[in-house]
Amino acid sequence: MTTTPDTATGTARATEYPLRRKKLRHSQGFLAFWLLAPALLAVFGVIIYPTLRTLLISFFQVDSALATSTPFVGLRNYVDVLTAHGFWSAAGRTLYFTVVSTSFELVLGLVVAGLLNARFRGRWLFRTIVVIPWALPTIVNAAMWKGIFNAQYGSLNALLTQLHLIRDYHEWLGDPNTALNMVILADVWKMTPLVAFFLLAGLTSIPTELYEAARIDRASWPQVFRSIVLPMLVPSISIVLVLRTIDAFKVFDIIYAMTRGGPVNSTQTIAFYAYTTAFSDQQFGLGSALSYVIVLAILGLTTIYLRLLRRSEMSLL
Amino acid sequence: MTIRRIHRRGALAASAALAALALAACSVTGTSGNQATGGSTGGGGQVTLNALFMKQAGYSEDDIAKMIATFEQQNPTIKVTPTFVAYEALHDKIVTSAPAGTYDVVLMDVIWPAEFASKGLIQDVSSRFPSSWKTDMLGGALSAAQYQGKYYGVPWGPSTKLFYANTDMLAKVGATTADVQTWDGVLAVAKKLKDAGVVQYPLAWSWSQAEALICDYAQLLGAFGGQFTDSSGKLVVNQGPGVAALTWMKKTLDDGLTNPASPTMLEDDVSKTMASGQAAMSLNWESTFRDLNDASISQVVGKVAVMPTPKGPSGANPGVNGSMAWAIGAKSAHPDEAWKLIEFLSSEANQDQFAVSQMPNWKASYQKADITKTNPDVFKAAGQAYDSLISRPEVPNYTQVSQILQVEIQNALLGKKTPQKAMDDAVAQANALS
Amino acid sequence: MKTRRRRYTVLVYTGVTVVSAVILAPFLWMVLASVTPQRILIARPLRWIPDQLDWSRYEQIFRGGARSVGETFRAAMVNSLVVASVTVALAMVVGTLGAYAFARLRFRFRGGVLMLFLASYMLPQIALLIPLYLILSSVGLLDNRLGLILVDLALVVPFVLWILSNYFLTIPEELEDAARVDGTTRLGALWRIVLPSARPGLFAAIMFAFLLAWDEFMYALIFTSTNASKTLPVAISEFSGRYTTDFGLVAAGGFLAALPALVVAIAFQRYVVSGLSTGAVKG
Repeated sequence: MTTTPDTATGTARATEYPLRRKKLRHSQGFLAFWLLAPALLAVFGVIIYPTLRTLLISFFQVDSALATSTPFVGLRNYVDVLTAHGFWSAAGRTLYFTVVSTSFELVLGLVVAGLLNARFRGRWLFRTIVVIPWALPTIVNAAMWKGIFNAQYGSLNALLTQLHLIRDYHEWLGDPNTALNMVILADVWKMTPLVAFFLLAGLTSIPTELYEAARIDRASWPQVFRSIVLPMLVPSISIVLVLRTIDAFKVFDIIYAMTRGGPVNSTQTIAFYAYTTAFSDQQFGLGSALSYVIVLAILGLTTIYLRLLRRSEMSLL
Repeated sequence: MTIRRIHRRGALAASAALAALALAACSVTGTSGNQATGGSTGGGGQVTLNALFMKQAGYSEDDIAKMIATFEQQNPTIKVTPTFVAYEALHDKIVTSAPAGTYDVVLMDVIWPAEFASKGLIQDVSSRFPSSWKTDMLGGALSAAQYQGKYYGVPWGPSTKLFYANTDMLAKVGATTADVQTWDGVLAVAKKLKDAGVVQYPLAWSWSQAEALICDYAQLLGAFGGQFTDSSGKLVVNQGPGVAALTWMKKTLDDGLTNPASPTMLEDDVSKTMASGQAAMSLNWESTFRDLNDASISQVVGKVAVMPTPKGPSGANPGVNGSMAWAIGAKSAHPDEAWKLIEFLSSEANQDQFAVSQMPNWKASYQKADITKTNPDVFKAAGQAYDSLISRPEVPNYTQVSQILQVEIQNALLGKKTPQKAMDDAVAQANALS
Repeated sequence: MKTRRRRYTVLVYTGVTVVSAVILAPFLWMVLASVTPQRILIARPLRWIPDQLDWSRYEQIFRGGARSVGETFRAAMVNSLVVASVTVALAMVVGTLGAYAFARLRFRFRGGVLMLFLASYMLPQIALLIPLYLILSSVGLLDNRLGLILVDLALVVPFVLWILSNYFLTIPEELEDAARVDGTTRLGALWRIVLPSARPGLFAAIMFAFLLAWDEFMYALIFTSTNASKTLPVAISEFSGRYTTDFGLVAAGGFLAALPALVVAIAFQRYVVSGLSTGAVKG
């Protein structure tokens, strides 16, 4: 999500009628409040209390769902989280998951978007096909890939042996060296179409005059891509990056359904780690602190992304 | 309304939220008072009990529906609403529902009483527990309801892992069940099976990163003459038997005797591997025997023998204690009615009636010919196995200890660490837990 | 020039074929597995095309009696349909009003409020589970569709707000001004002028909202427990859980669970690009 800029027309008009300006703003504020009230209620009516409650819990030692003695421990939960070995390995895996899945989705998404944007017969069919993974529920996607990767009857093993690429069936999800990559593969398969549609939206908004100008200049394809397409796509890319990063950082359901964090914790991401800490270990104070660390990490990453992209928008040419 | 008033509203809402937080601050988790919202009392003294069951291999949902129907018939004022969750989700369901007091009666695994009792999630029922039960019930099953000398529940069926062997396959290399009474014998037969090409991987195990792994390990640990903890409660699996058992497990993988997919398998996968004829021998719970002889899902009907777990070098062959027990939720509003339900479910008569699905935890049941003949093979094997059971550590933070063990055992199985190093690390981490 | 054109065409068709194959292969295998007898499914080497079809899983799902996986699945299908459609309907109403405010009105804290909605999306659901569980329990909305709709709404509304407010910005304000000179109120203008010309944006928002609500797992996992409110993702995760690992059954259930989402996505996909495109540029 990005912030929408103030409408240029609105500001212009407001300065045109300086006398009416104040009254206008007041009446608009009144209306805006009532228009936004249902949305505010729907979202914050549900989350504001749990958010504050969890923040509060993160400063206490709560090690039972029914804890009666819950000493205040200040920032100790946060210190404990940040000094725990498990946290940093989970954070490392999450970062790996985020970076690898997001970059693959971005690159492949760009390719798919380019194809979706091309003119050819049967384009409607292609679009329909591309939508399929996006529409597939995550849990179904996870179950499907779990079947494909299955060490005993999975179709990936069958395919690779029949093509003589491997000799013995491999335990894709049982090998700590491949498990996380396999989960990433499942995630990339599902999310690339979403990314592609976002990028396609950006592509279609590039004015054709730009391409024509480039053709007159006899620019080569890589040149056109670098000097026209990429810069014009920066807004779409930044949206995709922010969205996918947030999602990847919070990733839980696909892990829960595919590996439950195993083997050897090799697929335990930070959100799953937080879930285990809170509900399996009943360390609610720690779990709450962890949740807030995740929020801070997402916030930090998002800010960095937006900064970088805004700068590159000017320097990319 | 003006902006300023909107602002004021926001401030008002914020202070209201803060006040609410402050009010409930005496209990940080937000639980208030002792009243439960789960069970409700309807008109005419009608009570509704919410009971949390497990989707399990033993008693089926149909069995349980029949039990509840009988109970409701006998107790017209009590209505029982059952909820079923998978074993993997059971622990977390009990924890998340505890503050709200959703469930009056919960089914718990043998490894949880310490945690739930010490954290106050379940009620102490020692005063309700008849002393005759302490002698009439199997000892291993009783421990599923006990913590520090107090009773927090009532056992509901003992359980352990038995040893299953495909006699057809064994016969092809001239072996019989007599040859697989020890783990050394199992290895020798497995090697013959592999060399003769009868089956690519003779052994299958549930070595996934889950409690199932600890169950298999526990059984081997016992066979090697070890225990999880010493008398002071400290984990000692990094000594002799603990490391020997793990080394043995790793070796079966290295020798190609164990299905390399084992580190991704749960019990049901193991059962399916046996059922499809892709394994000759495996450990599994009692109810697997029923599944392996179900023609709709098994290709090995009538070809499988069941026996107590093989003996190890120590000569011992304890089964892992996998009993379950009923407990009353700490915030249940109807503990008396809940106890009635528990009494009924765990009664000898009720358990005997469903002995095909699940072994009873009453000693007397094993002497009744009409009961044992309903499931003779399993009764014979299980009856012996229940004589000696090995317990997993009875500590409040068991889930954490178990997770550490799962990871380190897998580290060794997958060759990332030597067995000794893995167990040293496990012990160090577990003992560092506060 | 001509060869370049040809090369381009070949490139496009190759790309389209490869991408289609990569997308379809896993999906079609799942569909095929759902009608392949278990015996063939676990055979090695795998025979890709079964010599006979096995419809028993679908029969189990459609005809299974009380306490069967079929019963659970059918109940979950109804629950998912109700929860997702009501969530989408409510989110669209609430989101349209809010989006209009963001797109057309100038008021204090506009940026701040927008940032708040964005920030709400960053919160991991785990952070809210226990307090939400207590709230739902105290108002009797645990294991209840309405309870699930309420919590899902909090996830979906920010998305709808974002898509719609970006889209509304692309609709020329002059259209409205003309109507308002004639005495139409703001809401009247929203209803009569903005909404009719915002169709692509609305459809894109509906599609996003539906897929989000249909996909939601964690709240459903924790807040539901019986057939009264359990949704498909939870039912499917139980299918593939411990005691029913017949992949064919999981595949059949998965395919059926994906169908409504596929229908919605395919029906609305052609609006998505135009519905998003403007949003992306204004971003």
